[in-house]
Amino acid sequence: MKKRYEMKVLSVENIAKETIEMKLYQPEISKETVPGQFLHLLVPGFTLRRPISIAKVDKQEGSVTILFKIVGGGTSALAAYQPGMTIDALGPNGNGFSVDDVKEGERVLLVGGGIGVPPIYHLAKQLAEKNVELIAVLGFQSKDYVFYEAEFQKIAKTYVVTNDGSYGHQGFVTHVFSEVGAFDQYFSCGPLPMLRAITKELKDIPGKVSLEERMGCGVGACMACVLPTVDNNYKKICSDGPVFSAQEVVL
Amino acid sequence: MNLEVKLPGLTLKNPIMPASGCFGFGKEYSDYYDLSRLGAVIMKAATQFERFGNPTPRVAETSSGMLNAIGLQNPGVDRIIGTEVPRLAEYDMSIIANVAGSSLEEYIFVAKAFNRTNEVHALELNISCPNVKEGGIQFGTDPEMAKKVTAAVKEASQLPVYVKLSPIVTSIVEMAKAVEEAGADGLSMINTLTGMRLHLPTGKPLIANQTGGLSGAAIKPIAIRMIYEVRQHVSIPIIGMGGISTAEDVLEFLQAGADAVAVGTANFQNPFACVDIIDALPETLTKYQYTSVQDVIDRRSVNV
Ligand SMILES: Cc1cc2nc3c(=O)[nH]c(=O)nc-3n(C[C@H](O)[C@H](O)[C@H](O)COP(=O)(O)OP(=O)(O)OC[C@H]3O[C@@H](n4cnc5c(N)ncnc54)[C@H](O)[C@@H]3O)c2cc1C
Ligand SMILES: Cc1cc2nc3c(=O)[nH]c(=O)nc-3n(C[C@H](O)[C@H](O)[C@H](O)COP(=O)(O)O)c2cc1C
Repeated sequence: MKKRYEMKVLSVENIAKETIEMKLYQPEISKETVPGQFLHLLVPGFTLRRPISIAKVDKQEGSVTILFKIVGGGTSALAAYQPGMTIDALGPNGNGFSVDDVKEGERVLLVGGGIGVPPIYHLAKQLAEKNVELIAVLGFQSKDYVFYEAEFQKIAKTYVVTNDGSYGHQGFVTHVFSEVGAFDQYFSCGPLPMLRAITKELKDIPGKVSLEERMGCGVGACMACVLPTVDNNYKKICSDGPVFSAQEVVL
Repeated sequence: MNLEVKLPGLTLKNPIMPASGCFGFGKEYSDYYDLSRLGAVIMKAATQFERFGNPTPRVAETSSGMLNAIGLQNPGVDRIIGTEVPRLAEYDMSIIANVAGSSLEEYIFVAKAFNRTNEVHALELNISCPNVKEGGIQFGTDPEMAKKVTAAVKEASQLPVYVKLSPIVTSIVEMAKAVEEAGADGLSMINTLTGMRLHLPTGKPLIANQTGGLSGAAIKPIAIRMIYEVRQHVSIPIIGMGGISTAEDVLEFLQAGADAVAVGTANFQNPFACVDIIDALPETLTKYQYTSVQDVIDRRSVNV
């Protein structure tokens, strides 16, 4: 049976502009979760839970780390949490990236945009344990928003792109694709316009994308976060996804 | 404590059931608890054919509530009867089917379809969905139309019919009286109220459908008022809903005139909402000197 957890806050750190890294204690989730899955967090005073991806886990410590951008009331309230407080969480929800889809010796492109970078980092860490070559392209609005560049550099050939050129390459993530060389498949998470551009540009290469939509229940019951599929059917982002094959969904 | 209530077609071991559209067909929530703990379940709307629903975003948060414009997405009545009903029938609880449509013919078709199974115990006739253009709401706002569809569905169906009323009417009492006269076995109230939210950077609606149905704590006082008014004029049972999230809320609905209650939006915040309420109900009733659910119903001051 699935549970509702009270996750204890271990640490809260502002790691970039409007960007919070928060470590939570929950051994069961840290053991169970796969990259791309999310926690559904209850913020007191709000009706709907907030979906936030898991960015990394430490099974020894029993911890789960999330990263979130402060965009509205819910994330502002979360950012004010202090170590020792607890957060009501459901999860791990959804179907994540399958690390088994990557074979030894493959060259893999990882693309993260803004607050879509965290789940890609979780995936990168797991892929790094296999004999695969990783290339990471990380896109941010500007220099102030950049995070986890050093973490990625340890495990992947890393390119940072900022929209305004204040750091790394200037432009969009797709602008550096010509520099990264050939790869066997790609994994991506980020804003919809970015995912549209990527899937269009890489339409002949197998890829997986992680999607966002406004959710109701977060478990697959209410039909709020549905997405059309190429076979004229639909998928539920919260429970069938949030990770989908790029070839399967209509963005 | 005895939490049982008996309503037409339904013997409920407790008066708590998930509201239509907020629990799918129970599958997801069966991962959280044993559905046999529920008094009943009200399934997601059924239409004649499969419906994909509205474009996304379909939900938005509001103060003390939410807006939704799902658009009655469902697999169609045949698949509901073929796959969803048999799965729910494994549990020890009553099953209520929510019947939706955009024409009298469709309501009759869907209602008749449920005669094919003996696992469904009652129909909730949804004449109050605000989220589909041709979708039933006209039947829920005009008493004559409401009478017509109620009578037609009563004739088509072998099951007790609970008519789900829309709060977006000038006189809820008039609507309730009309469907009672047309033969409804019970009422279900309230459905959502139409609302809207804008996205400040663009000034455009947050929900793709522009408007959505408001549910959650925000609408509870409206539901209580409407049930209280209707209870004084109509004697058929009422399944009450609108913002219920605690056992105290349930007691207030029962005192206002409901005979059982449905829990909607609260499931999203707490997947255990229904069982948490069931667990807390005996203590809450005791605290206010009631001996059973039926005792609240018998002793309330508003009965006709
Ligand atoms: C599967 C998934 C994983 C996510 N992972 C992360 C993450 O790791 N880090 C991070 O910073 N953000 C993530 N998001 C986005 C995050 O959920 C929203 O930024 C957050 O809910 C905003 O809440 P708010 O109250 O601050 O903003 P408000 O705009 O006030 O929120 C109002 C409502 O809209 C919803 N909402 C607003 N923006 C989004 C959005 N982009 N996606 C879905 N719902 C939204 C909120 O949940 C809430 O119900 C993820 C979204 C999804 C669907
Ligand atoms: C996401 C969502 C979907 C709904 N779908 C239906 C539906 O299919 N049929 C129906 O009669 N009511 C539907 N409703 C209305 C609820 O059943 C209920 O009447 C309303 O939400 C008020 O209860 P609440 O405040 O506890 O949610 C839906 C409500 C929500 C929030």
